[in-house]
Amino acid sequence: MANLTSTFLGIKSPNPFWLASAPPTDKEVNVRRAFEAGWGGVVWKTLGLDGPPVVNVSGPRYGAIHGPDGTLLGLNNIELITDRPLEVNLREIKSVKRDYPDRALVVSLMVPCDEDSWKAILARVEETEADGVELNFGCPHGMAERGMGAAVGQVPDYVEMVTRWVKQHSRMPCIVKLTPNISDIRIPAEAAKRGGADAVSLINTINSITSVDLDLFAPQPTIDGFGTHGGYCGPAVKPIALNMVAEIARNPATRGLPISGIGGVTTWRDAAEFMAPGAHNVQVCTAVMTYGFKIVEEMISGLSDYMDRKGLTETREIVGRAVPKVTDWQYLNLNYTTKASIAQEDCIKCGRCHIVCEDTSHQAITMAADRTVTVKEEECVACNLCVEVCPTNCITMRELSEGELDLRTAKPVGDYLNWTGHPNNPMATTSGK
Amino acid sequence: MTTSQYRPGVHPGRLSDAEYCTAFADVAPPLSPHQAQVAAARCYFCAEAPCTTACPSDIDVPLFIRQILTGTPEAAAQTILSQNILGGMCARVCPTETLCEGACVREAAEGKPVEIGALQRFATDRLQTSGVHPFTRAARTGKAVAVVGAGPAGLACAHRLAMRGHEVTVYDARLKPGGLNEYGIAAYKAPGGFAAREVAWLLQIGGIAVLENWQLGRNGSVADLLADHDAVFLGMGLAGVNALTIPGAEFATPATEFIAHLRQAEDLATVPVGRRVVVIGGGMTAVDAAVQAKLLGAETASIVYRRSQAEMPASGHEQEHAQKNGVRIVPNAAPVAIRKDDQGYEVEFARTETRDGKLVQLDDTLRIKADQIFTAIGQTLGPVPEGLTITDGKIEIDARGRTGLSHVWAGGDCASGGEDLTVTAVAQGRDAAEDIHAFLMGA
Repeated sequence: MANLTSTFLGIKSPNPFWLASAPPTDKEVNVRRAFEAGWGGVVWKTLGLDGPPVVNVSGPRYGAIHGPDGTLLGLNNIELITDRPLEVNLREIKSVKRDYPDRALVVSLMVPCDEDSWKAILARVEETEADGVELNFGCPHGMAERGMGAAVGQVPDYVEMVTRWVKQHSRMPCIVKLTPNISDIRIPAEAAKRGGADAVSLINTINSITSVDLDLFAPQPTIDGFGTHGGYCGPAVKPIALNMVAEIARNPATRGLPISGIGGVTTWRDAAEFMAPGAHNVQVCTAVMTYGFKIVEEMISGLSDYMDRKGLTETREIVGRAVPKVTDWQYLNLNYTTKASIAQEDCIKCGRCHIVCEDTSHQAITMAADRTVTVKEEECVACNLCVEVCPTNCITMRELSEGELDLRTAKPVGDYLNWTGHPNNPMATTSGK
Repeated sequence: MTTSQYRPGVHPGRLSDAEYCTAFADVAPPLSPHQAQVAAARCYFCAEAPCTTACPSDIDVPLFIRQILTGTPEAAAQTILSQNILGGMCARVCPTETLCEGACVREAAEGKPVEIGALQRFATDRLQTSGVHPFTRAARTGKAVAVVGAGPAGLACAHRLAMRGHEVTVYDARLKPGGLNEYGIAAYKAPGGFAAREVAWLLQIGGIAVLENWQLGRNGSVADLLADHDAVFLGMGLAGVNALTIPGAEFATPATEFIAHLRQAEDLATVPVGRRVVVIGGGMTAVDAAVQAKLLGAETASIVYRRSQAEMPASGHEQEHAQKNGVRIVPNAAPVAIRKDDQGYEVEFARTETRDGKLVQLDDTLRIKADQIFTAIGQTLGPVPEGLTITDGKIEIDARGRTGLSHVWAGGDCASGGEDLTVTAVAQGRDAAEDIHAFLMGA
């Protein structure tokens, strides 16, 4: 059986599944339940300055989008950092860490952008014997209006400056949590690295309005007739997060910087998909807020089974394995040719492939009077839309071998040729091979 | 005071009031909003959807289900009713397993179709219980049309004609409009007086006068109607029944009479039923009679059909429904004689077999004791006006619903084409109305 133990910045955990800094990690009772359920680590919900506690709204703080069957696909929140007194959180962190020495316990922090504030809180956290700190430069709502969270994460110089303070004033490993609400994720990641970050974690939540109340004409969740943007997470954000993880992993300036992957991780498969393009471990929130802590059992068994099937013994064998396969569009082989192929025995004749191809694509799938759908290879550009709309997964893309006739172009499939050397590219700089 | 289930003979009041209520409750209770949401989410919104193709009235099923899914059941109802004004009744009585649901791709995929009938009921109930009638009449044309028969075909025709601006008079032989919806279908399929409520809702469009207790032939002729109207639509259904021609046939009564009596009974406890009931036949009427006899408290109810069970006109779903209710299905037995004895009756059947495509009676005899015997061996066209072409016992019509007589259209069970289903009758009535409209307006 595969060994799922994970070492991240020297922090050991029995598996690479951590809970992200969020409502599920706000209190000792929750974190103990999570550890009892089998979670490898937690990032304690963000602590702020000592003093009067943070105040949350007393109306709804979550909004969501759902699939037609009611599955929660995206969750939006306007909750702030912990609203419990600092000393209560610190006492609980110490108590939990003492009882679960084999689990990772990292503390998320967010204080104003002055050195003294950071220095003060770091000293208090060190006393808890927590394993490390994560700098919350990502929360996009509420705290950002006060110059913290995403307001820091959106200014690379601040990211670097605060990270440097943290490394100066603490011996603890330092993870910088990045906001996706920027135009190029590589810039703040580079800034974190310059500041001395031991790792980055991403993504934090995305600015969002999940829905609008059409009677009140106000965003939801609605607080006394008004709404504000919140932070969006859950399965819907996974593709955005995966791209950002891959971008940092393959950026020469940050290559090798450890990454903790966050964003819609719901199953073992999602976790493995984050690890392949460069995440060393993953952090989960929305999935447990949807189903409870028990899902970690499926994540453990699923990843373990997958690794056994693949003959992998250590999780690090997955980490970064897809990084060399992430490239730029210009390097894709433009002669690679596939054609839609329909397994008629599995087709239920819904006609969706036909209608989407006919209405919105290339008129490459016909439907006969008996509803049999047939691919017209001479029209098929292999866009994959039919594959994605088929409810029974009975359509695949058949790869044409080199030299095989492509009925669409009426030419044999050529060997590797990318845009950099394509004859249609007036700026071609290479042979394209 | 109730009479025991075991009391020999034919008696009313075999059950307690509570038992009647339970027995005749809605056979398919309506979906809750949550159930409708879950059911609607299963629809794949197929292209050129097979469910719509399979619907004799061409209801745009994927569209109405999407309208339910997006929180607009009233719009869904309008989608349904614009094609099928009796969409509420069809949602209850259509053999969906052989029509829309039988064609559903999720039947092919999982053996579990989208619950189209139940969703249709959800939408139409929502609109109709709100009292809204979403259709309005066009500018008056000054034309008058006579519709004979206030069943599904006649009502659908009348509604569409009224919508197009014509003045309609519906002539019906019974004391209440509705036809088979009111008198023919099993009580548990549309409890709570639904048939009457639906007719009242339909008539809200205006421009339709209903004249009850008026029978073609008895109270007037087609020529009389044409004297006062610009066109006539015949939708009088099948008024007659096939008769048994065996010794003792007089001891059996038509199942349709039993069902109509039961449907019109103010109190089910007044409907007499035998301890042992035998229904001769194999169609929907046989099932409706046998099941309702059982529900009224008969100790045994048997459907005896002369051919094999697979050949029964009643659908598999109907047969299953009968068997679930404790009805015994006896296939391959042809009635030979009915004899009266001191304990009631004895029906003698000859065992049958199909040889070279022909049904033959064997020497083997089967005798079933009965207190009450019903025949459900087919309905027939009643007397018809002269000049009409009758083919295979139906008034022959063309694709537009026109008969051989000028200015006379026909549709529904009395006319050729399609199966004898409510939904088919509605479609024929609707389409004939459109053709009458085109004809009268000189299009």
